[in-house]
Amino acid sequence: MLPRSSALFIFGSQQQKNLEGYVGFANLPNQVYRKSVKRGFEFTLMVVGESGLGKSTLINSLFLTDLYSPEYPGPSHRIKKTVQVEQSKVLVKEGGVQLLLTIVDTPGFGDAVDNSNCWQPVIDYIDNKFEDYLNAESRVNRRQMPDSRVQCCLYFIAPSGHGLKPLDIEFMKRLHEKVNIIPLIAKADTMTPEECQQFKRQIMREIQEHKIKIYEFPETDDEEEMKFIRKIKDRLPLAVVGSNTIIEVNGKRVRGRQYPWGVAEVENGEHCDFTILRNMLIRTHMQDLKDVTNNVHYENYRSRKLAAVTYNGVDNNKNKGLTKHDTGDGMSPLAQMEEERRDHVAKMKKMEQEMEQVFEMKVKEKLQKLRDSEAELQRRHEQMKKNLEAQHRELEEKRRQHEDERSNWEAQQRIVEQQKLDLSRTLEKNKKKKIF
Amino acid sequence: MASTEIARQAGEGARAVPLSGHVGFDSMPDQLVNKSVNHGFCFNILCIGETGLGKSTLMDTLFNTKFEGDPNQHNQPGVTLKSNTYELQESNVRLKLTVVNTVGFGDQINKDESYKPIVDFIDTQFEAYLQEELKIKRTLHNYHDSRIHACLYFIAPTGHSLKSLDLVTMKKLDSKVNIIPIIAKSDAISKSELAKFKIKITSELVSNGVQIYQFPTDDESVAEINSSMNSHLPFAVVGSTEEVKIGNKMVKARQYPWGTVQVENENHCDFVKLREMLIRVNMEDLREQTHARHYELYRRCKLEEMGFKDTDPDSKPFSLQETYEAKRNEFMGELQKKEEEMRQMFVQRVKEKEAELKEAEKELHEKFDSLKKLHQDEKKKLEEKKKSLDDELNMFKQKKTAAELLLNQAQQAGASTTLKRDKERKNFF
Repeated sequence: MLPRSSALFIFGSQQQKNLEGYVGFANLPNQVYRKSVKRGFEFTLMVVGESGLGKSTLINSLFLTDLYSPEYPGPSHRIKKTVQVEQSKVLVKEGGVQLLLTIVDTPGFGDAVDNSNCWQPVIDYIDNKFEDYLNAESRVNRRQMPDSRVQCCLYFIAPSGHGLKPLDIEFMKRLHEKVNIIPLIAKADTMTPEECQQFKRQIMREIQEHKIKIYEFPETDDEEEMKFIRKIKDRLPLAVVGSNTIIEVNGKRVRGRQYPWGVAEVENGEHCDFTILRNMLIRTHMQDLKDVTNNVHYENYRSRKLAAVTYNGVDNNKNKGLTKHDTGDGMSPLAQMEEERRDHVAKMKKMEQEMEQVFEMKVKEKLQKLRDSEAELQRRHEQMKKNLEAQHRELEEKRRQHEDERSNWEAQQRIVEQQKLDLSRTLEKNKKKKIF
Repeated sequence: MASTEIARQAGEGARAVPLSGHVGFDSMPDQLVNKSVNHGFCFNILCIGETGLGKSTLMDTLFNTKFEGDPNQHNQPGVTLKSNTYELQESNVRLKLTVVNTVGFGDQINKDESYKPIVDFIDTQFEAYLQEELKIKRTLHNYHDSRIHACLYFIAPTGHSLKSLDLVTMKKLDSKVNIIPIIAKSDAISKSELAKFKIKITSELVSNGVQIYQFPTDDESVAEINSSMNSHLPFAVVGSTEEVKIGNKMVKARQYPWGTVQVENENHCDFVKLREMLIRVNMEDLREQTHARHYELYRRCKLEEMGFKDTDPDSKPFSLQETYEAKRNEFMGELQKKEEEMRQMFVQRVKEKEAELKEAEKELHEKFDSLKKLHQDEKKKLEEKKKSLDDELNMFKQKKTAAELLLNQAQQAGASTTLKRDKERKNFF
């Protein structure tokens, strides 16, 4: 969660400013230089091709050292039943610069009768190195992250002179989005320049046809450099010759291959493209190879891996390529969870509101019913009361009547009684009178 | 040649082999430098200090250019951070410089919260980088790094000691940013006072455990100059963009009646030292430290806060996928639980309400039952009354009837007596 005081930040726009005197940050490149030398460099190079194509010899020639030797034999001397992927690390130093060089080779590649899936161990190796880096990068406690990702793959094409073999095409198609592929024509001294030209053109045609993306030199603003790069592009794929032996030619000691008809010199640009390869791979584009691996191939791997984790929780990115699950806006899995949480909160709020509504409505209904029945009962009660009151009044009326009647009658009776009394008195009187 | 980090990392498993000629990988540093130069550099400075200590002037002097705006007032209600980005170029090197100023720092009466906006700002930049780093589709190599690489802390030239605001603020920041304390407007302090002031400041920093940035001494090409500079910290600086003619040169200076303070004269102040250290020698190291130490610390804390761990209870390292999966499952479980809870709550409420309403209904019925009873009682009473009235009526009637009968009898008897008398009378006569 971002802190809440972002209201206190004011950002001005970017402006260009001219310096009016010495500041000193032009020294930054030197600082970078100094630190990089102190740190040292590392590079991982993979060589792939059938046995006997001169891979080990070429590596030795490239790095002017016996990386492969009788004690450390090359891939073609390590016979394997199945394709293995093996690495050897060497530390080399030159001009104060230390380089940790890892050479990865694939003994057994393309040597079997049935070579189906012989690229799979290679793919697995590359992916494993990506995975290792991803895990190291994702740790909570990150230390120095050793970078063992494969930064360049030299793919050796047999000098058949005709075209790419199905195995070549298959391999490159499967690996061009995982690693920088530099295809090389091996043992170029078995072809004449014209044959070589034709072979090269054929190969490039097939590469384009199959939409294989081999390593591309980056564009620069420098015209000179661009001219140079275009010249190299015309000579792709590079046809190379390697040699472990030094031969004397015209008083000069050169690396070369001695034939009865002459010496094929490794570093002679008219004999083969070795020098171009060496200059490009080591002297000018090594850093770019590392950058492309880091910024493109690794990022592709990583985004595929993380997208698979986020949506499915199951690692099925091995079977699918980039699917529609690839988020266009590139959220981190954590940001995704945040968003899911927000969606869920919104959903719950809505659900809560709905439930509230239903609840209120039901309560209202029930209350209404209750009130209705209360009113009904009240009404009846009123009625009964009225009824009773009416009866009461009736009774009262009757009573009153009766009272009236009675009092009348009693009054009458009294009169009668009185009359009677009077009469009897009179009679008595008469009686008394009579007597006399 | 001292062993490089790579050599140390290689350890066993890498054999050193001699080269029989010039291979050419000694151009690697140049390749790296070319790439950096093409890409351009980026540096972010944070200036913390009370209003009026000359922060903007110092920046102008350091970078030989006039940066932003007008001097700020003292009446800010709180601390605001103003950030400006400039594109500078010196020879073939392009630098994107961001200068962040604290406006209003130290101006309030209550300065308790003064450090907070600063810490928040730094954390915000770290967070932005972390978010980018964690994205699925990310472009780190094109990311404009906004993290603060150096923090110049301006100390007021009181000549005595650090203010408590300074100590508090620096303590809060020392694990987040490279702090370079400087004594501002140091032309107000005399040389002897300055020496004492520096010692006091350094000892106060040490005794309060404030970690300031130390110029690195592990690279022997700069170890000597860096370690000597370390002993001059904190730098006493004077800034000025005005020029004064000294001899036949125009120099940056401040003119007083009693003399002229020359900014770039190392006898007058440490400005040159600051510029050397900050820009010429250690700019790259400041960036590296920010990324490798301060940012990593932030990241580690953040991830731990969110519950990420590197190893499970059995000490086997988690793969990234497992971690995310576990997090996600936990998260989904949480959401489901919340949903369930809410439902349960509603069920409970419904139950309660139903019970309430039932109670009310019961009460109502009871009420009316009692009314009914009352009514029955009334009715009964009424009936009784009626009955008693009827009884009375009957009695009355009987009485009446009896009386009438008696009367009739009396009348008849009277009548017969009268008749007799009359007869007797008649007979008499």
